[in-house]
Amino acid sequence: MTAKNKLGLILFPAFDWAISPTHPEREERLLYTQDQIMEEGIEDIEGIDFYNPDIATVGDVDRVHFCHPDVESVVTKSHLIAAGGVMKAFDLVLSHQADKSFALVRPPGHHAQRVVYGDRGFCIINIEAVGLAYARKKYGDLRVAIIDTDCHHGDGTEDIFWNDPDTLVISFHQDGRTLYPGTGAMTDMGGPGAFGYNVNIPLPPGTGDEGFRHVLEHVVMPILEEYKPDLIINSAGQDNHYTDPLTNMNFSAQGYAALNHRLNPDIAVLEGGYSIQGALPYVNTGIILAMAGLDYSGVVEPDYSLGKWRQSQQVTRQVHAISQQVYEQWKNKQILARHRFGSDKVITRQRQVYYDTAGIMETQSQEFMVCHACTGFNLVRSRNDRGARMVGITIPRKACSDCRDEGYRLFEEVKITGSHTTMLQDVDRDIFLRK
Amino acid sequence: MIIGIDMGGTNIDGVLIRDGRLIKTVKNPVDRNDYFYSIWNCLAQLIEDVNKHDINRIQLSTTICTNAIVEDNVSRVGMILQPGPGLHWEFDRLGEEIAYISGSVDHRGKLVKAIVRNELAEIKRRFQAGPVESIAVVTKFSTRNPEPEQQVKQFLRSDYSNITLGHTMSGKLNFPRRVETAYLNAAVSQTFRTFADYIQQALLQEGITAPVYILKADGGTIDLVRAIDKPVETILSGPAASFMGMTALLEQAQTDQVLLDIGGTTTDIFVLVDGIPVFEPLGIMIDGRKTLVRAIFSQSIGLGGDSHVRFESGELKIGPKRLDRAVAFGGQHITPSDALVYLGKMPGDFPEKSKVALEVMAQNHGIDPVMLAERIIHQFCCTIDQTIQQILERFHQVPVYTIRELLQDRKIKPRSVGLIGGPAKALASDLEHILELPVTYPQHYQVANAIGAALAKPTMEINLMIDTERDVLLIPELDIHQTPGQYIDLSKAKWFALDRIKAAEKNMGLTDDQLEGEIVEANSFNMVQGYYRVDKNIRVKAQIRPGLLQRLVDDGQGVDS
Repeated sequence: MTAKNKLGLILFPAFDWAISPTHPEREERLLYTQDQIMEEGIEDIEGIDFYNPDIATVGDVDRVHFCHPDVESVVTKSHLIAAGGVMKAFDLVLSHQADKSFALVRPPGHHAQRVVYGDRGFCIINIEAVGLAYARKKYGDLRVAIIDTDCHHGDGTEDIFWNDPDTLVISFHQDGRTLYPGTGAMTDMGGPGAFGYNVNIPLPPGTGDEGFRHVLEHVVMPILEEYKPDLIINSAGQDNHYTDPLTNMNFSAQGYAALNHRLNPDIAVLEGGYSIQGALPYVNTGIILAMAGLDYSGVVEPDYSLGKWRQSQQVTRQVHAISQQVYEQWKNKQILARHRFGSDKVITRQRQVYYDTAGIMETQSQEFMVCHACTGFNLVRSRNDRGARMVGITIPRKACSDCRDEGYRLFEEVKITGSHTTMLQDVDRDIFLRK
Repeated sequence: MIIGIDMGGTNIDGVLIRDGRLIKTVKNPVDRNDYFYSIWNCLAQLIEDVNKHDINRIQLSTTICTNAIVEDNVSRVGMILQPGPGLHWEFDRLGEEIAYISGSVDHRGKLVKAIVRNELAEIKRRFQAGPVESIAVVTKFSTRNPEPEQQVKQFLRSDYSNITLGHTMSGKLNFPRRVETAYLNAAVSQTFRTFADYIQQALLQEGITAPVYILKADGGTIDLVRAIDKPVETILSGPAASFMGMTALLEQAQTDQVLLDIGGTTTDIFVLVDGIPVFEPLGIMIDGRKTLVRAIFSQSIGLGGDSHVRFESGELKIGPKRLDRAVAFGGQHITPSDALVYLGKMPGDFPEKSKVALEVMAQNHGIDPVMLAERIIHQFCCTIDQTIQQILERFHQVPVYTIRELLQDRKIKPRSVGLIGGPAKALASDLEHILELPVTYPQHYQVANAIGAALAKPTMEINLMIDTERDVLLIPELDIHQTPGQYIDLSKAKWFALDRIKAAEKNMGLTDDQLEGEIVEANSFNMVQGYYRVDKNIRVKAQIRPGLLQRLVDDGQGVDS
């Protein structure tokens, strides 16, 4: 059997790491997925090659996150390896060793935001964002679309690329009013430098294969056609599956495979998904085959029955309405941006962020400078309920000299007191400063 | 006293070893029309002057099954496959009688859909009309639950005596490879059975009671009786014989090492890590088929003492083909051996002829003949060096699945090179220079393969799985399928695996001090359902690694041959 697309597979189940012995993010998570992949003989398919992950460095993480007090204190080796797996996935595709790549790694990353005090939603660092920042440094500018198909809103990815028009983030997820982390409203469309390039598609509980297909055909694909990304990344969480213990959706392995066939991503990255026996072995096999351009029609869960998991007519109506509204927003993003921001010079975004796994509450305020020469530098002031305080300044790619100078000036100006950390990310020049 | 016989493509070699001393060697051409006669003739010569009661073991490396497969001289197999949901593998080389049955088992080994008896009855009718000579049954995930395979066997056992079940081939997961392996096993079963019968009868007639062992591709042996059930294990044992021979003849070190067997046509490359051979990750490939037959890793390149040396568009080329012998040994075409003879590193039968031929080639290309000879040897050694580097690079990319292994990042760094084969002695110093490693070569390399066959110990690999929720303990290789009972934690599971493997070793005629079962991998996973119920999923891989029954002593005394 020969793959139509040469696929690089980074399968790293980390059999010796768990958040805690009975936590969903435990050693067992990819055990049955690996069993399924091995038994299907995927190793023997011509054109599918297995690779070990690289290991991300502190510098790779600093490009994306403001870790408090520092990277070493909050990040474990397992996170650096998961991120390193995604870096490898980018390398394989961008150095043309493979047409496509799939990082089947754990733990996930899409809930990790710019500021990191600890673990939230089983994520500490955003593995796609770390991989992408590495790839942009190594291979130059890339226009990228990240399609987050995890059932939970990809709030970390949203936060990191909030003001980056070169990174289109589309997340479809179970409506935040019914599921962690609660965010992901349609009206959250990005910062002043990238308004409209953050696309949230909150879906009603009970959405099935038909609903996901509708969203893909009527929202995601049309937007991608207009955006014309250099790379498409599927942030491939697998918890929309009908057997997932934490969510309430009706998506199937066939649905996931068909989605990847149609979306045709260059890179896929495993995110959440904790139905480790009933879903992951089949969904992952389906994604691998779809990405490799092979027939996935035989990949069916033992207990699947279309009748049982078909979405209700009410869900269908809701999905259609949401899709239409999201697409109209995309079309009208410039008008909506003028309404939203007016002629303000600074756009402030105030938020509280809860770290459910670590039990930390953070209060933060982000300030985005509106600049007509570049996307504008921005800063985040943050404190948490354990007494930590920090300020982070980001100078974006292709920053104008005014924004760069102003960013560095601010960094010099901020006074250090107590457990107060000040950090500066000069993304443009790949410089990271901390004081 | 141990008798070792290696049947290669051209020659059959035999050795007689007493107390670690090589006391007799035999080298005959193989009679391709009668493999059994070739072996028997060799054996008869070896034991001419020997008291038959002094023979402790007879160990054979044979190409019986390999040749049957490569020449497609095999039985008509009836394949019964239960592929279940998943990938659609096309199996187009399993003979004409392939039957697919419905039903499936999932990755845990849970029954999803049972076998349909009517389908089996229909298949039986078809096979009987065929007619098929042997049967292979393979179901997906049969190493997790062998019951469907056993049910099919139960249904057919009164009509067919020769039924191979997939799960007994290997405990590794890989359905397509299990299918190929079971097919080959069933396909060569009759050939091997006939061969084994001949051997047993002939030994009986001669009054020899010593047990017979057959060499496997993993560098170990299997006793003749067990090999009748699993003849596929005996394929491609040639490289393993050569590897084990080198191990016996060379100083053993617990370091990383490369072994080279430089023959006339090819050079076989082996790698040891901490003194332990590297295995093929899943199994050996034969005749374009990927199997689950455990094998020592070896890479063969088309580069040997008789490789064809010529210029193509001004570029010096060596191999990969061998046209005939070296000019120095009566051939027509220049070879690396001629270069070695020219440089005085090796004696030849026709040194003058060889000299002239090489000088003509040098003159035609405007090179000094000494430089040409040196260039041939240099290029020869460089090709070996590059291939070794490529192999090591590939090993470094072998996937690992734990953080510990990934961080360890074990790089293989050979400390020495062992060399056998015709041009070994002549090439040693050049190879040493280019590989920048000490090179050693043994005496008696001419019969290294037979020595390897003679001294190889039995080997085995078992894959144990315990699933406490399903209340099963499985070792597919030993056909063990029971309740875990008390073996429900990792340390007890490891004990059980070792106990089983040691029992198997004793059955294979090893004494207590020779038992060497070891744990290769052991993992215990918490299985959590609904946040409260915790079961265990335990995986243990244990093996008897290849080793020597005894060391070979070189006391400088002569050998009969």
